[in-house]
Amino acid sequence: MKKLEILPEFRLDFPYTLPVLDYEYSALEPFIDARTMEIHHTKHHQAYVDNLNKALGDDALISKPLLHLFEKAGEIAPAVRNNGGGHYNHSLFWKILKINGGAKPEGELLNHLIRTFGSLDEFKEEFGKAAVSRFGSGWAWLSVDEENKLFISSTPNQDNPLMSVAEKRGYPILGLDVWEHAYYLHYQNRRPDYIKAFWDVVNWSEVEKRYLSIIK
Amino acid sequence: MKVFIVISALFIFIGAQAQTHVFKPLPYAYDALEPYIDAKTMEIHYSKHHQGYYDKFMAAIKGNSALESLSMPAIMASMNEFPVAVRNNGGGYWNHEFFWGSMTPGGRVLPDGALKNRINTQFGSMEKFLEEFKNAVMSLFGSGWVWLIQQNGELKIVTSPNQDNPLMNMPEGSIHPLLAIDVWEHAYYLKHQNKRAAYVDDFLKVVDWNAVSKRYL
Repeated sequence: MKKLEILPEFRLDFPYTLPVLDYEYSALEPFIDARTMEIHHTKHHQAYVDNLNKALGDDALISKPLLHLFEKAGEIAPAVRNNGGGHYNHSLFWKILKINGGAKPEGELLNHLIRTFGSLDEFKEEFGKAAVSRFGSGWAWLSVDEENKLFISSTPNQDNPLMSVAEKRGYPILGLDVWEHAYYLHYQNRRPDYIKAFWDVVNWSEVEKRYLSIIK
Repeated sequence: MKVFIVISALFIFIGAQAQTHVFKPLPYAYDALEPYIDAKTMEIHYSKHHQGYYDKFMAAIKGNSALESLSMPAIMASMNEFPVAVRNNGGGYWNHEFFWGSMTPGGRVLPDGALKNRINTQFGSMEKFLEEFKNAVMSLFGSGWVWLIQQNGELKIVTSPNQDNPLMNMPEGSIHPLLAIDVWEHAYYLKHQNKRAAYVDDFLKVVDWNAVSKRYL
């Protein structure tokens, strides 16, 4: 993948650490509850960080940026793929969340979404379908491919579109965690309600920033 | 009119008899496994998740008379031939029913007999078996199940992703599942959150080892 170095997460390197959130755990209430955010960040994400550092150990892999390891996701140890994916995916996820008060994407990204999916609502519907139909644990993504086209996909567990194992590869600009731990305390089995609430907490300016840096 | 009612009743009766795949009642109350498995988890797990798998499975096989009449083990043996909705929801339906039958209020100890002897011979002791079983649960990544199965006379601890199970795409009757633990987060998140190890310990307090030993051939 040619543009990995553009991504803010390219700077992630060993020893990996838990990123500090830009907001309080309660900042996304009532859409995502504070308790879920706290456990998600301090327990789940922390465990991915710890297990990633442990899995890399004294291996030569520690000198490579995490995003380069994804290029060999099918060959590296499952613990590196799983925990490395968990660390990257969550690091991106926290960044693209923010109470948006019903705000929408703007400018070039909005135009591109409309060109690709017909309308913003049709984009949301297709993204929602990818998120709801991912069976088991995983993520739904909006990504930009090497031809600067937008596409929606979903990946199992902690895989992501940067990985060589992804069905379709690209640079994620928006991701939604659909592991049950992301919503179960508040939504239980009602994943569609969680997906609907997600649209109220998308930090569109962050998504736009990422989009513009990749298509440039 | 009377004849019509009798005939209708007869058809309904025959229809009910022919229904191979039924949604069975939970063998105990939602709060029966407290404090190890909480009532709210049990209620949502049974009435939402399990019911959802069953309903979607029935919808997926609707109109397919072969699948409607085949037994679940027979369907699972040939799972590769069927759509993914049959696999995911059929697996979810069958796995949960098996799971409910693996637990009982307060749990029951493993009685003396063939299974106990086999566990001791193969794993060294019950404690060592439990340690291996717990390790398998802890190392499963994502959603899935951990099983104790019997295959060719051997005991094996195996895992399956999502709602797959060890019977799938294996000759019918070649695998005998003895015990299963649901390792989807929905099985424990309300009470245990990220503490999966505590969930396994609690699960082991309500395992019906008497039922498990009866499954052993």
